[in-house]
Amino acid sequence: MVIYGLALLSGCFFGGMLLGDILGMVTGVGSNVGGVGFAMLALILISSKLLKENKLSTKAQDGILFWSAMYIPIVVAMTACQDVAAAIMGGGVLTIICGIVCTIVPLLLIPVISKLGAPSEPLPPLNKD
Amino acid sequence: MELLEMITNIMTKNGLVMSFLVVGGVMALANLLGKATKGRIAGSAIAIVFGLILALIGGLVTGGEKGLSDVAMFSGLAVMGGGMLRDFSIVSTAFGASLEEIKKAGLPGVLALLIGVVLAFIIGAIFAFAFGYTSAADMATIGAGAVTFIVGPVTGAAVGASSEVVAISIAIGVLKSIVVMIATPMLAKPLGLNNPKSAMIFGGLMGTTSGVAAGLAATDERLVPYGAMTATFYTGTGCLLCPSILYLVLTMFF
Repeated sequence: MVIYGLALLSGCFFGGMLLGDILGMVTGVGSNVGGVGFAMLALILISSKLLKENKLSTKAQDGILFWSAMYIPIVVAMTACQDVAAAIMGGGVLTIICGIVCTIVPLLLIPVISKLGAPSEPLPPLNKD
Repeated sequence: MELLEMITNIMTKNGLVMSFLVVGGVMALANLLGKATKGRIAGSAIAIVFGLILALIGGLVTGGEKGLSDVAMFSGLAVMGGGMLRDFSIVSTAFGASLEEIKKAGLPGVLALLIGVVLAFIIGAIFAFAFGYTSAADMATIGAGAVTFIVGPVTGAAVGASSEVVAISIAIGVLKSIVVMIATPMLAKPLGLNNPKSAMIFGGLMGTTSGVAAGLAATDERLVPYGAMTATFYTGTGCLLCPSILYLVLTMFF
């Protein structure tokens, strides 16, 4: 059933958030630390185990895949809710220069840090309809 | 006139469901335009830029802080694009991600996270100083805003910065996430952003979850889970380091 996949996803979400909140409390940050990251790890570990044992029906997988497919539309909705007006008009020159430099400089470090550790192959080209 | 009122009423009352219609329309238009460029610009990248333009219009019309969703008939966008569904769908993208790839990025990923936070903080603090905000508290707050728009106010509250400085720090953080959304697909090729490992490093360096998620979505959707996974640790790391160690270091000099 579709709801089983959704329930698994929600369960991982809850577990990750709880762990993130606990980690935030222990470290004294007061906010959630890496909750979504923990939830993703949990989903990867549990779903790969269930798939191996053939315990996740196609319908249940569809329940999870629906939300993956909704990801970009949700991001579009999210961008439509950002305070773009304030970001552009707000802090003036300082905001604009700082926002741009703070983005570009770290971006340039990606190829440098990528050289560390085991190499990763580029994903195969995508055939989009 | 009455018909117009009925339409507005339906859209306001059924916000979330109507947001599917609105976003669906935006996506359709964006994909059409994407096809017109012969696929050179991804439809999702155009859709995200449309989203930003709509947010700007909404913000200018209403004077609110939540973009187009401050217009009553589009309020459902705030539910669809809010934190809950965003995080839920980010987690769902991990379904099918490869554990081997994540292990490969382990140490470089952690390193990217630390460098990303400290570097953004330093750049922000330098710019703050250059623009006349020379107290350690102000520099720390603006530096923290350059980390993300959440770390800025958290740090500002902790070190006792003025609300003006906190507002600047939020604006810098928001602008950063917008620049990431737009710049990522353009710079993806020269930066080698085409594999899970570099996506995780990217997420760790940039950190803004919304920017990373949207930027990677516009580059190659399959990279999203990897970038998002490290990015979600970024704000937490920033909240941990900025008001404490990084602020203390600043107080030694200023």
